[in-house]
Amino acid sequence: MWRYAGKRLLQGVITVWFIATATFIAMHSVPGDPLLSDKAFTAEIRANLEAKYGLDKPVFPNQYFTYMGNMLKGDFGISFTQQNRLVNDIIREHFPVSATLGILAVMFAALGGILWGALTALYRNKLPDIIIMFLVILGISVPSFVFAALAQLGLVSLNGLAGRTVLPVAGWGSVSHMLVPALVLGLSTMAFLTRLMRSSMLEIVNSDFVRTAKAKGLPPTRIFLKHQLRNAVLPVVTVLGPAIAAITTGGFVVELVFAIPGLGRYFVEAVQQSDYTVIMGTTVFYGAFLVFMVILVDLVYGLIDPRVSVE
Amino acid sequence: MDSNLSSGSSAATDIVLGPDSFKPLRATEDTQSITRPSLSYWQDAWRRLKENNRAIVSLYIIIALLAFTLLGPFLWTADSSLSDVDQISQPPFADRSATIVAPFKPWDITAEPASTSGLQIVDTPTTQSVRLSWEAMSASTNGYRIYRNLFPTGVERALGLPLGEVLPSQGTYFEDRLDLQPTHYYYTVVALGENFRETTEFQHTEIDVTRVITADEAVEKGLVKSADGLNPGTAVNLTWHPLGTDYLGRDMLARLMEGARVSLFIGIVAPFIFVLIGIIYGSTAGFVGRGVDQLMMRFADFVVTLPFLLFMIVFKLVFDVESGESGIIPMLIAMVVLLWPATARLVRGQILQIREEGYVDASRLLGAKSSYLIGRHMIPNTMGVILVTLTFAVPSAIFTEAFLSFIGMGVAPPTPSWGGMCNEGIKTMQTTPHELIFPALLISITVLAFNMLGDGLRDALDARMRSRE
Repeated sequence: MWRYAGKRLLQGVITVWFIATATFIAMHSVPGDPLLSDKAFTAEIRANLEAKYGLDKPVFPNQYFTYMGNMLKGDFGISFTQQNRLVNDIIREHFPVSATLGILAVMFAALGGILWGALTALYRNKLPDIIIMFLVILGISVPSFVFAALAQLGLVSLNGLAGRTVLPVAGWGSVSHMLVPALVLGLSTMAFLTRLMRSSMLEIVNSDFVRTAKAKGLPPTRIFLKHQLRNAVLPVVTVLGPAIAAITTGGFVVELVFAIPGLGRYFVEAVQQSDYTVIMGTTVFYGAFLVFMVILVDLVYGLIDPRVSVE
Repeated sequence: MDSNLSSGSSAATDIVLGPDSFKPLRATEDTQSITRPSLSYWQDAWRRLKENNRAIVSLYIIIALLAFTLLGPFLWTADSSLSDVDQISQPPFADRSATIVAPFKPWDITAEPASTSGLQIVDTPTTQSVRLSWEAMSASTNGYRIYRNLFPTGVERALGLPLGEVLPSQGTYFEDRLDLQPTHYYYTVVALGENFRETTEFQHTEIDVTRVITADEAVEKGLVKSADGLNPGTAVNLTWHPLGTDYLGRDMLARLMEGARVSLFIGIVAPFIFVLIGIIYGSTAGFVGRGVDQLMMRFADFVVTLPFLLFMIVFKLVFDVESGESGIIPMLIAMVVLLWPATARLVRGQILQIREEGYVDASRLLGAKSSYLIGRHMIPNTMGVILVTLTFAVPSAIFTEAFLSFIGMGVAPPTPSWGGMCNEGIKTMQTTPHELIFPALLISITVLAFNMLGDGLRDALDARMRSRE
């Protein structure tokens, strides 16, 4: 187990190095000049600025190794467009917002997916199944920004009907701000998980151990909870890693529509302003986060399913 | 077992044995003859697909979408970039009649009597001009400020758009000529006190504005052939927009068609290219094997881990889309660069399996070259899986395009794309929802159709992946 974990972690570190290098290469092949701003520099100021950011040295090896070395120390540099603001500070300030939203969305998606999936399998080809599967198809084929817009419209009319702010339409701060955006963010993943859970449940229903449990005369609720649900959940856990990745990066749209000050929105802004260090820092940070999330989920999967040999 | 025995013994009593009972049975040719036509793999798959109603309906929808995209522009030839300023953000089936009026003449306020009962409308309110006249207010020491709103002034006292201020020397008249639309307007005049601060004294009115057009404008826009006989008061119809217009007065149907070309182009061409690259890469790795395979697949693994959306956006920077360019090709390249490894992995896995099959050994024994083995045995046998991957790749590519264009990182305006149109439509979704609904609906239908077709194809082509219904 520990050897396997160590191996996976090492792989993860190499992957993060690859992501960092790819980002470095991509950002250095961007045409234009990071110091190009509205202000006209004299040659002296320019030279000083280049020296400050290390731009006067050759890209490889000097700039590359400085960048990698700083990153190892956990230093992503200074923002180009926002004076005296560290990229680390930006990440520290905005990532918790995105992470909170993401975790809430993953929780919604996982719980909803498991619940609805189990329900559809139980009521197979009956009305609840048909209704839920129709909603699932909607969830998969309607883009998230449409849901976000509809949710906002719904909130506006809800608040209008109630005559007071029941749930805020946009912004960030309290739990009431988080609920609807998280739900919208988790919706497509929830639809996907429901489908997965349903087929996994249907497979389990016909398995030998469920028949044995029935033959022993176990109460149906116990069979459902102990034998069916527990085994059917396993495939859902495997896709949770990629799901977390999809949800955290998919947060851009929801953050944009609901005016949430998350890292995704900040990243989009940084791209619009060509804030090179922020783009690099955020990409590498997100990449590393996703890589280690997937590894974590794989390790957890090895723990909860004894059939999966982790060697 | 017991029941079988007993039934056997009871049946035996009915059979009369004779010499005829002991004739040897001869194998007749009938048992060998094939009674049904032999079906190839693809024919069989097609037969199964045809039984799947959902997949067939999806197929028809996709054909209809392609027709909409490719043939539509020939049937509906409206210019998608032409801005119809008379019809801004008009929903479909909106009233498009306009009344001919005389050309605009400046308002002679000196001849106008002052209002004696609150805020009054002078003359007929038209899209040419709305003329307001109000009673002098006692709180007004520094003139008045005029507001116009599309909604009733609620408890928040949302007065709407400030149109202008009238100084005390200018009297109590105001003429509104700002971007007037044929709708219902709420006008408010607020008295300005000291330091031009608004006081609590105000006058309010609401009106319906009628759409008017001068005879010259009607001729210029091609609504009528000549201005002869166009007396003021005659009604003419403005240009017809079947699906309405957007916030710049552009024809929605024409834009949706052009957007379809962009969205479907990216959605179909990008998967084709990356699946093709994936096939070449994966089959090379799988066929050569050993160290080369390890090296190639390790590289593919790394590319898979790149955070997709982030890199799509970074790529946009790298290609530096200049203003005036649509940014379609950079998006296509970025998608291909980031998405080929999934197919490569899949194809490699299939090739590794097929390489061990007996028929490949047999073929090799007969002297088949590697290129022949790949082209004749390996690729055709992975074709089913590849087709399914391709079908599922289309909706995700369309989604990606829509997503990126929505956050303003994809296809650059003014080139229309469904995602970009949603982005524009969402801003006015409360007043004119059709600008969001149509592109969103098209995205959803397309994604749904390709997903359903993918499900159907998977069921028809690959017995192992058949979904449980």
